[in-house]
Amino acid sequence: MSHHNTTHVRTISDDITDITSQNPELCYQCGKCSAGCPMRNYMDDAPNVIVRYIQLGLFEKAMNSATIWLCAGCLTCSSRCPKNFDLAKFMDAVREVALRNGVKVKEKTILKFHKAFLKQIKNHGRSYEVGLVRDYKMATFDLFSDVENSPKMLLDGKLNIFPHNVKGKDKIKSIFEKTEVKKCK
Amino acid sequence: MKIGVFICHCGENIGRTVDCARVSKAAGFFPGVVHSVDYKYMCSDPGQNLIKQAIKDFKLDGVVVGSCSPHMHEKTFRKAVADAGVNPFLCEIANLREHVSWVHEDIDVATDKAIDLIRFAVEKVKRNTPLTTIKVPVTKRTLVIGGGISGIQAALDVANAGYEVVLVEKEPSIGGHMSQLSETFPTLDCSQCILTPRMVEVYQHPKIKLLTYSEVEKVEGFIGNFKVTIRKKARYVDDTKCTGCGDCMQKCPIKKKALSEFDEQLTTRSAIYVPFPQAVPNIPVIDTSVCTYFKTGKCSMCKKVCGRDAIFFEQEDQMLTEEIGAIIMATGYKLYTIDKKPEDSEIKGYGEYGYGKYKDVIDGLQFERIASASGPTSGEFMRPSDGKTPKKIVFIQCVGSRDESKGFSYCSKICCMYTAKHAMLYKHKVHDGEAYVFYMDIRSGGKMYEEFVRRAIEEDGVKYIRGRVSRIYEEDGKYIVKGEDTLAGVPITIDADMVVLATAMVAQPDASKLAQTVGIPYDKYGYFVEVHPKLRPVESSSGGIFLAGACHSPRDIPDSVAMASAAAAKAMVLFGSDMLEREPTIALVNENLCAGCFYCKKVCAYNAIEIKQIKDKQGNLIKEVAFVNSGLCQGCGTCNATCPSKSIELIGYTDEQIYAEISALM
Repeated sequence: MSHHNTTHVRTISDDITDITSQNPELCYQCGKCSAGCPMRNYMDDAPNVIVRYIQLGLFEKAMNSATIWLCAGCLTCSSRCPKNFDLAKFMDAVREVALRNGVKVKEKTILKFHKAFLKQIKNHGRSYEVGLVRDYKMATFDLFSDVENSPKMLLDGKLNIFPHNVKGKDKIKSIFEKTEVKKCK
Repeated sequence: MKIGVFICHCGENIGRTVDCARVSKAAGFFPGVVHSVDYKYMCSDPGQNLIKQAIKDFKLDGVVVGSCSPHMHEKTFRKAVADAGVNPFLCEIANLREHVSWVHEDIDVATDKAIDLIRFAVEKVKRNTPLTTIKVPVTKRTLVIGGGISGIQAALDVANAGYEVVLVEKEPSIGGHMSQLSETFPTLDCSQCILTPRMVEVYQHPKIKLLTYSEVEKVEGFIGNFKVTIRKKARYVDDTKCTGCGDCMQKCPIKKKALSEFDEQLTTRSAIYVPFPQAVPNIPVIDTSVCTYFKTGKCSMCKKVCGRDAIFFEQEDQMLTEEIGAIIMATGYKLYTIDKKPEDSEIKGYGEYGYGKYKDVIDGLQFERIASASGPTSGEFMRPSDGKTPKKIVFIQCVGSRDESKGFSYCSKICCMYTAKHAMLYKHKVHDGEAYVFYMDIRSGGKMYEEFVRRAIEEDGVKYIRGRVSRIYEEDGKYIVKGEDTLAGVPITIDADMVVLATAMVAQPDASKLAQTVGIPYDKYGYFVEVHPKLRPVESSSGGIFLAGACHSPRDIPDSVAMASAAAAKAMVLFGSDMLEREPTIALVNENLCAGCFYCKKVCAYNAIEIKQIKDKQGNLIKEVAFVNSGLCQGCGTCNATCPSKSIELIGYTDEQIYAEISALM
């Protein structure tokens, strides 16, 4: 009996597996994730199709899809998956490899929102809403949408003018500096 | 001792990685070996003749064959040796295939290992003694546990061959799940029409002793010689007097308190009841959990109206013992519980499908009852909540099946077919109705099965949508089913009037307990396990205990019937001779050494160790020692390894033989 030795060539699929610690081949394409996804109607590809692209090695199609950015990470898919596949985590990983590989992001404003949000965490160690609004609006030049909501939010105490920093926010900052994806279009 | 060594090439299986000529040459120099050859196929007729001829020519009294695993051909070679006039237990097998050629690549290393294994076997055979097989008598009676279609078929087959059968059923009637079904795929013939004549045949058969409302309590003994204790639960009705007239059930004032098991909780039944009108035997039982007499002692309406004086409130459970030779397990299945997490269960349940919360979300067996002419709606399609005819039905497959998260990883095998049947039956009666089936894969392997599914789609217009449903919720009196067609990549929302969940088949909840009582292995799901998945699929690993139907794995009616007939045939093979032959390689106690600690008794998986009292001539007890029941002992050697005083040994595998083998390797 002879054994076949094959040399494994690393692909983006392996990167995703490393990030998520789960084998993309676990998915048997039942579509229950897509069936229950609240963002499904805004997506170009169904969520199960993104997994299928990765299974087939069609990484460009997955990374160029708007779906990966529209995923809100609500975890409905993950909690209902009959294979215990954490699709929300998987989507996160596809977004990450898309950034690492310098793919042109389909939903630019969503990425800008993500960045604006992460910037608050980086600087304050927790969310800072006024900073988030400021940075997001500066990045998108979309200065006036939703402005009418702000007085009520201020009155209700939903927006604090000054940030609340966590203890050891410098440590949080250093985590960011070590792990941030630098290359990004 | 004159030993002959025979090395088999097994075509190229061994020959490719082991230099067989070098092995046979080396073996020729081992002390005691007088003859050594290699041959392409030792198990073939010329190969066996080679062994027989050498035994004559060289007057051999020990044989070592280097070949495949003893599981494969030990019997073949031992028979050849016996044919040549040498005791078959003086033949040893060295496994040069599974242990050498199939697991090594380097020819030199493999050949050296093969030579070692031959040396090892030669040292063992030198210490072998001639053994004779053990003979035990056979009781030619069969116990069938479970009175569904599998149990009925097995019982009838064995009984028609002329052997007595004891059929034990825990419910008040035989018939099982098949009696609940409407029509059967792929022929659409009426389930009851084909089943009830068989139930009556069982009841009237002179060779079948039918014990309904009974359970197996204890199984002692071994193949051909079981002693089985059966609990006949109190019916509170004297079955010798009752004529099954039904007056008691009609007059029983308790009508609404108990849900009908037969109608899958869709209707209620009286406290004194038969599960269904065609029940066999047609003798009612009293459900003491709802009966007023048993709760307060105030009602005895049934007793008053019974013209035969058959009501017998004082009846108690009876214990029966039966002498049995073979046991056929036919305990069947249950449906997966969908709604919430059952107690002590790994199953999480499908909250998102609203089963139990929405009355019109039902399971497959409930749909069978609605579709059945004998069901609560007499076969009219009405939904449980308001009795309206559903105009849009959604069927969801794989609920609990193929779902590691909330159910089981296995495929329940029958749901694709019964869902197609359900949709078809619905379309046949509600012509303007719409039927949608959500599926993941269609598994329709079987005679005329694929054609049946295609007929549902092509001729009856059932819409199949490939995708699992995520959620069902109620809105304006409709059940909103959220799915995705994964073939088109489009989300699907259906506002259904009724939803049918094709729920998984699971083992009976007490299957593992029964397996422990009977002494057979079961898997993590509670299904009974066969000895060999391909070549011995209906035998359990305990001798004389056979498996039939869905207690082994999910299977449909034709498969269950075929398996039941196979199990019956196996029981009849056992009854083909008056005495059973068993391998003599069993444990033997040295009574002089045995200290009576009975560690062996504790570890024995087959209950083969008994306590023997040694008495002097005056009858005074000297000591108690372990005694091996030769019928039960399987020769596993666990007692041998456990015994602290080394006073129990395995015949044919004594410590002396094992040590000689080990020394040969050093």
